[in-house]
Amino acid sequence: MELATVIFYLIAAVTVGSAAMVAFSRNIIYSAFSLLGAFAGVAANYVFLGADFVAAVQVLIYVGGILVLILFAVMLTHRITDVQITNRAVGTIPALVVMGTFVFLLVQIIRETPWQKAKEIIYAPTTAKIGDLFLENYLLPFELASLVLLAALIGAVVLSRKELKE
Amino acid sequence: MTIGLTHYLVLGAILFGLGLYSVLTRRNAISILMGVELILNGANINYVAFSHFSSGNVEGQIYAIFVIMLAAAEAAVGLAIVLAIFQIFHTIDVEAAETLKE
Repeated sequence: MELATVIFYLIAAVTVGSAAMVAFSRNIIYSAFSLLGAFAGVAANYVFLGADFVAAVQVLIYVGGILVLILFAVMLTHRITDVQITNRAVGTIPALVVMGTFVFLLVQIIRETPWQKAKEIIYAPTTAKIGDLFLENYLLPFELASLVLLAALIGAVVLSRKELKE
Repeated sequence: MTIGLTHYLVLGAILFGLGLYSVLTRRNAISILMGVELILNGANINYVAFSHFSSGNVEGQIYAIFVIMLAAAEAAVGLAIVLAIFQIFHTIDVEAAETLKE
């Protein structure tokens, strides 16, 4: 077996293991910290796929932003004493059936579809190309994205402030 | 056997399935948001894998960056709503907080 194959399976094991911990853990603190492994594993997969810029963005935004936000929310909404029972899960058997069916069908589709193949697989820095595309073909979505972020920023501030009662 | 497109697609499908399970079973609003993040990550792996193996250009990665941006906005607003619910109901169990007002 090649070294790259071994490393891929290691990264995939870390990613899937952490994601399973997020889905099945009974303690929400463990769930939140396992999310770190899942996000970092996905970032490592991006590196393997030659997407250096997306990997950096994943680390910056998911690990540095969203994960910290989730941890803050967990800490702010929990009384430490009842931390053991707060991550309740109901209807696990039907959910397992639904999940199993979905994943089975997806894997069957993935195996049987003749996917289009690129002529050659290139490993090259992508940052400059992405920057060019953002300012040429994808200029309108790029500007819309800034509007969405502004709206989300204001919305989050308005929603989470404390109401002053006279 | 070298690592190809199908490996990454299967990995994305597994992440999607685990996120779906999390969304379906959890009664804690923050855990549901974590499941949504897993689903978005699974979709992103598919985007980047197709961009690498199928199309050969970087447009798929642009969509992945847009998805990451929207996930950040969704997490910020979603967690703000969770905090607001917690201030009103003193719980974030989605079954206890099923009305819009106190």
